[in-house]
Amino acid sequence: MDTMIKTAVNRRTVLAAGALGTAMLAMPTVLRAQDKSLKIGVYGGYFKNSFDKNIFPEFTKATGIAVESVAEPTGEAWLVQLEQAAKAGAAPADISMMSQVAMIKGQSTELWTPLDTAKLPNATNLLDRFINKYPDGRIAGIGAVAWYITLVTNTDVYKEAPTSWQAFWDPANTDKLGLLALVSNSFLLEVTAKTFFGGTNALDTEEGILKVFDKLAEVKPNVRLWYRDEAQFEQALKSGEIPMGQYYHDVTGLAASEGHPVRSTFPKEGGIQDSGCWALSRASKKAEEAHIFINYMCQPAIQATLSRKVGTAPTVKRELLDLNEKEFAAVSSDIEPILPRYDLLTSKADFLNQKWTELIVG
Amino acid sequence: MKREAPQSIADYGPLFFPAGMLLVFFVVPFGTMIAVSFFQRQQGGFYTPAFVFSNYERFLSAFFGGVLGFSLMLAVTVAVCCVVLALPFTYLLSKLPRRLQVIWLVALLSVLSLSEVIIGFAWSTLFSRTAGITNILVQLGLMKQAVALSPSFGAVLTGMVYQALPYTVLVLYPALVRLDPTLMEAARTLGSSPVRAFFNVLVPALRNTIMATLIMVFIFALGSYLLPQILGRPQHWTLSVLITDQAIYQSNMPFAAAMAVFLVLVTLGLVALTLLIGRKGEKA
Repeated sequence: MDTMIKTAVNRRTVLAAGALGTAMLAMPTVLRAQDKSLKIGVYGGYFKNSFDKNIFPEFTKATGIAVESVAEPTGEAWLVQLEQAAKAGAAPADISMMSQVAMIKGQSTELWTPLDTAKLPNATNLLDRFINKYPDGRIAGIGAVAWYITLVTNTDVYKEAPTSWQAFWDPANTDKLGLLALVSNSFLLEVTAKTFFGGTNALDTEEGILKVFDKLAEVKPNVRLWYRDEAQFEQALKSGEIPMGQYYHDVTGLAASEGHPVRSTFPKEGGIQDSGCWALSRASKKAEEAHIFINYMCQPAIQATLSRKVGTAPTVKRELLDLNEKEFAAVSSDIEPILPRYDLLTSKADFLNQKWTELIVG
Repeated sequence: MKREAPQSIADYGPLFFPAGMLLVFFVVPFGTMIAVSFFQRQQGGFYTPAFVFSNYERFLSAFFGGVLGFSLMLAVTVAVCCVVLALPFTYLLSKLPRRLQVIWLVALLSVLSLSEVIIGFAWSTLFSRTAGITNILVQLGLMKQAVALSPSFGAVLTGMVYQALPYTVLVLYPALVRLDPTLMEAARTLGSSPVRAFFNVLVPALRNTIMATLIMVFIFALGSYLLPQILGRPQHWTLSVLITDQAIYQSNMPFAAAMAVFLVLVTLGLVALTLLIGRKGEKA
């Protein structure tokens, strides 16, 4: 089938445009002969700025591979773009930082080029949960960064830090919360399950999920804003307009260090740990450079730099890191995290989305 | 003046470019969307070509019916508010000296240069408890305590009317400027008050323009998805917001396409109905 299309295109192009057609077909070789470079997709805004400043220049210095960073939108918009581009044989970025749900979805269409561990000796430094595998064991992605979503409050409004996610259900907090608007990025089902039903295993059955939904529905009167846009909530949290909610631990810490009256708390049930993987698009022709980059990023020293400069939680084992207690606490916590049920978020995606939308819109 | 019918293909030449553009940028994408709306959604993946009705079936529920109803109601309300505000304004504008008219029009055009995001954030600040307009009312002694006016239906409506008003004025303006001034003069000479003349002479004379403007603003407002998110609560989210959720965040293109096709059909139906009623009214 592939060869058929290729022959047809060749003949038509040559017939139509002659020499021009031949020149165009030769183009990719010309491009390939250029200097070594890599297009890397990183979440736009804070992440991209930090990587551009602290990581990419050092990488280029160490390896001679030039980096062109591409700002990618969060959520699945980037996955859709990568998928559409790959169908057309193009890669808007060679390597992208992808969410776990996007990783699983990309696996279903073989969007990710399997990675070769022989070329990634540093990958053994990683915690097991940060290696993303195809069902048959091939490696689809390698943990890039991890981050926590925690319970955040405005310190002017709440003098005492809350200690539990139960604060969301407290009738005293009517119309005071800002929560993420999507079932796939708020992970509130997991939080509810861990806080009131003993753990995320409560979500194993559909019956259990409905029970958790019922409990979560009690939060609704307390929610002022269901946000998709992070800047919208961050602004409202800083000003005290919406004094409590769920937000990113690293960004909140950064805002606090700039003097804003905000704090991030790891509740006793644990913060929500989410993470991103480096994944290589199947349309990319830079597999060699991509492996070098991923291997570089798996060094404990680089992960420590990320924790210090970007504020992400390390993906490598803690004993390999030279982070002190304070530096570690700034990005992570020893409290066992709530791990999102990515499996459910993909296998029951439509069911969960429908129930969730009905819950918050209805 | 009689035009000659085109003789050869070359005579149709000038049509090729616009027709091509229409084909490439409208017919093909819309056709693709209709096709995708019948595709099979792969949960945890993308979609595979098929011919299934499941996407439409999922949409036909009381829940989505409610959201669709709200979206239509919101768009109609925005359209009516815009025309009610813009018609007297544009009429008075058309009576002003030329120089002042230009200044007003430039100011209105500059509002169009603002993105929806900026409009949304500006209004959410104006409606906030901590920095909003209610603080001024408190200082003036008109209110006891600053309150948050957003998120609410009123906030969504305000933001959307603000965004659509310049378009409304710009559509009404040429018709009002070209309106025969003797009509109003005759009404005044026959003893009608200015307000009465406005409603009994000007409004009926501009019936078609007003109808066209209402339809334009209605369709414009129906596509809005950012302002309802920024200024509203989830119950104020329009169908466009849910379409975006499905397309962007759930990667459920078939369902998003089905919702979009449905929205387009309902819109076209309503517009056709409006025109039909308008024509019947004219005959009577």
